[in-house]
Amino acid sequence: MHTYEPPIFELSSPGKIGAALPDAGVPETELPAHLLRDDDLAGLPEISETEVVRHFTRISQRNFCIDTGMYPLGSCTMKYNPKIHEDAARMPGFAFIHPLQAEETVQGALQLTYELQAILAEISGFDQVCLQPAAGAQGEFAGILVFRAYHLDRGDDQRDEVLCPNSAHGTNPATAAMVGFKVVEIATDSRGNVDLADLRAKVGPRTAGLMLTNPNTLGLFDENVHEVAKIVHEAGGLMYGDGANFNAILGIVKPGDVGFDFMHYNLHKTFTTPHGGGGPGCGAVGCKEFLADYLPGPIVALKDGQYTRHTPAKSIGRLKAFKGNFGMFVRAYTYIRMLGAAGLRSVSEHAVLNANYLRVNLDKIYPVAYDRTCMHEVVLQGKIKGAPSVHTLDIAKRLIDFGFHPPTVYFPISVAESIMIEPTETESKRNLDAFIDAMKQIALEAVESPELLHAAPTTAPVRRLDEATAARRPILKYDQAAIAALLNK
Amino acid sequence: MSNVPSDLLYTKEHEWVRIDGNTATVGISHFAQSQLGDVVFVELPDVGKTFETGESFGTVESVKAVSEIYAPLSGSVVEINNEVIDAPELVNEDPYGDGWLAKFEFSSEPSGLLSAADYEQFIKEEADK
Repeated sequence: MHTYEPPIFELSSPGKIGAALPDAGVPETELPAHLLRDDDLAGLPEISETEVVRHFTRISQRNFCIDTGMYPLGSCTMKYNPKIHEDAARMPGFAFIHPLQAEETVQGALQLTYELQAILAEISGFDQVCLQPAAGAQGEFAGILVFRAYHLDRGDDQRDEVLCPNSAHGTNPATAAMVGFKVVEIATDSRGNVDLADLRAKVGPRTAGLMLTNPNTLGLFDENVHEVAKIVHEAGGLMYGDGANFNAILGIVKPGDVGFDFMHYNLHKTFTTPHGGGGPGCGAVGCKEFLADYLPGPIVALKDGQYTRHTPAKSIGRLKAFKGNFGMFVRAYTYIRMLGAAGLRSVSEHAVLNANYLRVNLDKIYPVAYDRTCMHEVVLQGKIKGAPSVHTLDIAKRLIDFGFHPPTVYFPISVAESIMIEPTETESKRNLDAFIDAMKQIALEAVESPELLHAAPTTAPVRRLDEATAARRPILKYDQAAIAALLNK
Repeated sequence: MSNVPSDLLYTKEHEWVRIDGNTATVGISHFAQSQLGDVVFVELPDVGKTFETGESFGTVESVKAVSEIYAPLSGSVVEINNEVIDAPELVNEDPYGDGWLAKFEFSSEPSGLLSAADYEQFIKEEADK
């Protein structure tokens, strides 16, 4: 069933045509020379319609997705996307409107946007939400631009540093650098929290803010979050909350209540809108009142019984064309309305319970980086006793043979041989048990027959990929000569 | 076991240093390359740039992670290894030879570097962590 599918170029036969074009109806004319491509067009596949359809259908069936199996990618929150979202998003009043339509003709869509803003603000303890950013990273970008605008507006122009704990998402320091700040890394203490001594040593009059992912990428809730916020605020800095892991604390902790001034929400993680290539995404942002004037626009307000859009007075500007990825608002709104407040809390409780169920069932075999109750994800280490030749990569590849998508590996980088598992609340106990059994079986094989792991995967359409050569000598278009040269090397 | 030549000096960030007059050749240790796995990309500074001890002067990227490389001493870059940019696998294959990264002319006498014996002890502790 899962056989190798060659590239479409290798299915080509010279002269074969997939579609018959109608007669032009006008005389054929030579194209002007400057419009002709001078590279060799030979190599475009010549193939029939049936072959094209079969080729791409077969490839689509090779996809591993959340609709076909467990996909426990730590930090990425690959949870099931309920199909009712698609029904809601396809309702004509949502699907067949145009972003340039007059406001009075799209009141329903604006009402949904307004209510989603208010719901997200309520869940997180903030005063104003803007749904415009198209992804989490863009939400971060908006937040750090807002921090800069706030400081400059007050004439405070000496703040050129952003603090990032080394347990932060990789996008945090990237965002700070992109906005033009110097990134200052803060260490992690022995319990996986922000190292307060290191923070105190590095915070100061140059601190624009601190970006904290809480729960962090170690899957741990920072026990000192109040103290961290106090230290940063006393130095005049602001607290940015990366909401990528918000799905662990819904209805339990409001980031706005524990010291955060601004945060982004990943609707595609926490609120089950489609993820990655299935996007587009929404990295909504929320903030305290004193920052609301700097938010990007447009934001929907209710005025005299009419929903209208406005852009805040001192806005950092627009981040996204038109009105944001509205289809995502509909899906997230549907999810939240289906679950209600109690249901959302239950989502987080089950996400945390599932991760801890995996932790206590696996921590005797795979050491845990930080031995304490975790949140929605657990970081193990691929260091199996009695199997010195086996590494995390081998374990991950062997999981493919057991029918599971491998978890996130070698991240967070602060943990050696890390395996970061996020089962999400959408996996049943039966699935979790099957995953535990597979991990136990792999540990057994690692000791008794490590060659099974080194050779994995053996049941996938292709075997172990040569990632090093792919990165060192990338061939980015189908080029038989280049491939042959590489293979002969 | 890791290979730690006795004629070199080391840092806790796993750089090695070969001192010759007032220039120092710098690379990453055998232990560092084995921990990183297959190196796929090396980024080095322009010749003439100056760095303080402990400052990041480039990056080494492997299939697993991107790591900073830190200046083991203060000084200016007098030469970089262009071959390693074209063939990053040299860092894995010959970390103390053809896989060297940069040569610095130091501005003040290097201090705080580890001897081979001390570095060997240090990585032993790291590996047990």
